[in-house]
Amino acid sequence: MKKIDNNKAWWFVAPVVLLVAFNAVIPLMTVVNFSVQETFGDNVFFWAGVQWFEDVLRSERFHAALFRQVMFTGLVLLIEIPLGLLIALAMPRKGPWVSVCLVMMALPLLIPWNVVGAMWNIFALPDIGLLGRMINGLGIDYNYTRQPIGAWFTVVLMDVWHWTSLVVLLCYAGLVSIPDAYYQAAKVDGARPWAVFRYIQLPKLKYVLTIAILLRFMDSFMIYTEVVGLTGGGPGNSTTFLSIDLVKIALGQFDLGPAGAMSIIYFLIILLMSWLFYTLMMRGEDR
Amino acid sequence: MRARSLIPIVYILFLLLPIYWLLNMSFKTTNEILGGFTLWPQTFTLENYAKIFTDPTWYMGYVNSLQYVVINTVLSVSVALPAAYAFSRYRFLGDKHLFFWLLTNRMAPPAVFALPFLQLYSAVGLFDTPWAVALAHTLFNIPLAVWILEGFMSGVPKELDETAYIDGYSFPRFFVRIFIPTIAAGIGVACFFCFMFSWVELLLAKTLTSVAAKPIAATMTRTASTSGYELGLLAAAGALTIVPGAFVIYFVRNYIAKGFALGRV
Repeated sequence: MKKIDNNKAWWFVAPVVLLVAFNAVIPLMTVVNFSVQETFGDNVFFWAGVQWFEDVLRSERFHAALFRQVMFTGLVLLIEIPLGLLIALAMPRKGPWVSVCLVMMALPLLIPWNVVGAMWNIFALPDIGLLGRMINGLGIDYNYTRQPIGAWFTVVLMDVWHWTSLVVLLCYAGLVSIPDAYYQAAKVDGARPWAVFRYIQLPKLKYVLTIAILLRFMDSFMIYTEVVGLTGGGPGNSTTFLSIDLVKIALGQFDLGPAGAMSIIYFLIILLMSWLFYTLMMRGEDR
Repeated sequence: MRARSLIPIVYILFLLLPIYWLLNMSFKTTNEILGGFTLWPQTFTLENYAKIFTDPTWYMGYVNSLQYVVINTVLSVSVALPAAYAFSRYRFLGDKHLFFWLLTNRMAPPAVFALPFLQLYSAVGLFDTPWAVALAHTLFNIPLAVWILEGFMSGVPKELDETAYIDGYSFPRFFVRIFIPTIAAGIGVACFFCFMFSWVELLLAKTLTSVAAKPIAATMTRTASTSGYELGLLAAAGALTIVPGAFVIYFVRNYIAKGFALGRV
């Protein structure tokens, strides 16, 4: 759509800018403040320069948490995006079952995150949980509170359970927007299912898939509550992702300097990645 | 064709299994839970639910949560409406940068903001009130609402605005009487998403409250850690948190797919 030049439109966005600035700029400045100062309590601060940043970037602990985070996000994206696409392609397009399917699939998205963690905690317990019993019944020794591999398996499965529906719903929205005429034309041309997917469905899905990847990247990179509810970051530190580590440092140990520096590095990583996706997406929208 | 329709069915079954297990636990007595593995409750009890509905520390948790969720939804959507209109209709100085800056707030990890928010809201005297949580949640809900509404509004042809002005409508009257009804579905979807993300978030809600405005989710985590292993009670509380979500989803079921695509499909 052609837009009109009008700088008075700023009045329309002013309330939003004010509210978000109050919520974003002041706290962000607080974090920046922490990150460049040293304190010994009593609100007395000393200039520390970039010392905290160097400390964080060199610390083994941060590297380990970042590595776990990247592994987790990568795994989750690799499973959820293709799986969500597959399910969306197999869903009925018309009929009474569509609404039922959509509502059922959206259900996990509406459960508070700590309940998701608690629910999976109960579900996967090796002695009284259904999942734990089933896996052990297959002859595999499984206990997510003791084995790092078991914990990882459970955390990833929980995330797949929790968020694949988001990908399904996005892809489904893209698929139903394709006019029937496209399919009829493909039929006339005698196109095989693969060709229909490759040349009709996939191009239409490019945009929603970018949103799906963007949202899943951001949210899985920030994951906190669900994992705390399920494993508490353990056993040991094996499922301590970035947010969990950060909360331990900031609210647990009150190490403000390192927490501030880590927050900024953390935020910058997300910002950079999201900017890349966003640019890709906006290019798609201009088509 | 038959194998194909099996995929969604298997997927939905997978989604329902943990929920079934939660319900199953919530109807069991503590003795039965600790006694061993049973696929369904042998001695069916409503005791856990009765406890929640009679004990104010429990049911007030739901009231507190709903309070800040509703405040947040109303606030986010009402300020997002004019902003989304501006983004969809006008070009103005810095509009693209502003739009991206708004989105960056959706990308900010709540863990980064937990401590500064605690200090900020204590300083302005809102700590432990529903307003603190409602305002804190606007950080990610306003950008989301603007994004969704902008998507829906861009689908409305500009001729609608122009015809209304020719017919002698003033801008406020046009906006309220014509434009808002036209994008009612979009507003519904935006409300739904604000409700959803405010309802499921816990880290900020827990950090910004202590006693008076404690959300249900925090009541649950504190019970889990203090009074031993009351799994049945926790399961019942968890099962009840699914109800509001299932309720609101019913209203937007026809738009939900489009909503998840942020109004852009």
